[in-house]
Amino acid sequence: MYIVALGGIEEDVLTAVEQGLGHTYGFSVKRLSRLAEPLYAYDAQRGQYGSAHVLRQLIAQVPMDAVSMLGITEKDLFIPMLSFVLGQAQLSGPAAVISLARLQQEFYGLPPDRPLAVARAVKEAVHEVGHTVGLTHCADSSCPMSLSNNVRHVDTKGAELCASCIVLVEEKTKHMRAMGATPNGAGTRNL
Amino acid sequence: MTHWHIMVVDDEEVMRESLAAWLREDGYNVDTAVSGREAIDKARTYDYAIYFVDLKMPGGIDGIETMMEIRKLHADASIIIVTAYATVDTAITAMKEGAQEYIVKPCNPEEISLLVSRIIKVKNLQRENSILRKKLTKQYSFHDILSKSPKMGKIFELVKDIGGLRSTVLIQGESGTGKELIARAIHFSGDREAKPFVGVSCAALPETLLESELFGHEKGSFTGASSQRKGKFEMADGGTIFLDEIGDISSKLQMDLLRVLQERKFYRVGGSEEIEVDVRVVAATNVDLDRAVREGKFRDDLFYRLNVISINIPPLRERREDIPILAHSFVERLSHELGKKVDGISEGALRILLDHEWPGNVRELENAIERAIVTCKTTMLTDEDVAFLVPVADQGKAAWNVPSNITLEEAERHIITATVQRTHGNIKEAASILGIDRSTLYDRLKKYNVQRE
Repeated sequence: MYIVALGGIEEDVLTAVEQGLGHTYGFSVKRLSRLAEPLYAYDAQRGQYGSAHVLRQLIAQVPMDAVSMLGITEKDLFIPMLSFVLGQAQLSGPAAVISLARLQQEFYGLPPDRPLAVARAVKEAVHEVGHTVGLTHCADSSCPMSLSNNVRHVDTKGAELCASCIVLVEEKTKHMRAMGATPNGAGTRNL
Repeated sequence: MTHWHIMVVDDEEVMRESLAAWLREDGYNVDTAVSGREAIDKARTYDYAIYFVDLKMPGGIDGIETMMEIRKLHADASIIIVTAYATVDTAITAMKEGAQEYIVKPCNPEEISLLVSRIIKVKNLQRENSILRKKLTKQYSFHDILSKSPKMGKIFELVKDIGGLRSTVLIQGESGTGKELIARAIHFSGDREAKPFVGVSCAALPETLLESELFGHEKGSFTGASSQRKGKFEMADGGTIFLDEIGDISSKLQMDLLRVLQERKFYRVGGSEEIEVDVRVVAATNVDLDRAVREGKFRDDLFYRLNVISINIPPLRERREDIPILAHSFVERLSHELGKKVDGISEGALRILLDHEWPGNVRELENAIERAIVTCKTTMLTDEDVAFLVPVADQGKAAWNVPSNITLEEAERHIITATVQRTHGNIKEAASILGIDRSTLYDRLKKYNVQRE
């Protein structure tokens, strides 16, 4: 698995996401060199960045051996139908992106809370990468694969996949492991 | 939830594909159309649960017209008109023409999620209601088959597609996989749902009785036939007959059955009047019929007649992702039925359930949960409650390769550390597993400097 910063991203987030993905999916997580901010996806009318556009750029740069590649941006993302998205991913494809913009307390006029923002970023990273390995939204609201439309829900859900999703990850990544994607040594997290 | 289909109609690619992708992440099957005309064509062959239709589309047919055409095809279609420019006039027109909702993009994601889940919830209730109304107190329905498995999802799709046909269906699967539930789902998914569903277990009766059971008999046709009796085929007229364990029937009955399938006609035992029926045949077996045909134990012509539509239900070990939801659902239902307050399954117990091979499939899982609840002493099923699933001789030992060059002390330290970790520091439980008393265990923990947590 790979993660890549799209513009300047604080080290604490990158490290936490790296560890969170490794712990959850059992693959080694490598960091690619930072890419430029996604200015190409800027929509002047909305003052936001089109996530489909960002995904397309990421898809073009996915390394050959990648199970998943997650881009991380500070920019606020959207799709035309929705006022914002916290992230987007290819379902059963390698590319995913998360936005940190709305995961930070400052966005809502509240005092900064760095540990909270980092914890939210890890949950959303696990969520979007879950889509890349083929998971859809989970009905268990405490599972990170449940759909979050706001940070309140991101905060109430846990960081650990539910038992059903763990089994699905095992099933869906079996062939990737067999094809030689690098496990992180710890194996898939057990129940 | 995951088996509903949604249609997104928009001429703008980014808009269409991004909304479709967002809905797919939610587990819906999403189809798209670039124009009203394409959407209408697709609606002719499939009834989508929800249609998102953009108001302004080029090509002579706009969102409102598209909606009106779709509603001619499916009066109950849930259509959401989407627009970038809200005006009162268009909103009123859309609602008057039957739009379920009128939304202005961009929408808050929460709003869309709520809207979609509200519509799906109503659709689920409507479907459930119509099935329940006809079946009254019967406890099965298409949705009673709990599954998160993509393989089962495909079967549900197939069941929906073939519900309205008369073609014979052959369901194959190990015992306990839910063949009868699928058969009932086929019956209740089609236009035969108001007519009888008649089940016959072919292995339960000797040949002569089974013949009379299936085709009925005339008065005096054999000793004990004191009156005329209708057979299951007649009882199922207009509906579905479910022939369970079809692989076990005799060669004479195989021939009789072949005739019914070919001609839809038969004679009662001892009767001379030919009886014609309109019955859909759904057969099931847990034996490999293909092999039985090759070995000459089952007629190939009957096999091909039965195997028009084939459904293979995967065993539980091939859809392990269903074990947690099934287990929790059984705990919820059975604890209530057994009057015991058990409301959860520990991680250790779940691991045992996940590792078990389940030769008896879902039925075995249900029985195992019932047994565990009966013996459970707390409000949660623990690994002790399901330990009976792990053969005594194999409990933790089968997969253990003893490392070379290890001292007895090192081995003891490893075993004690692993056991204490497994019991999350519960000394009483760990001592019981290790078969030593607590004071001995405390001594060893001290000796090997093992932390309890």
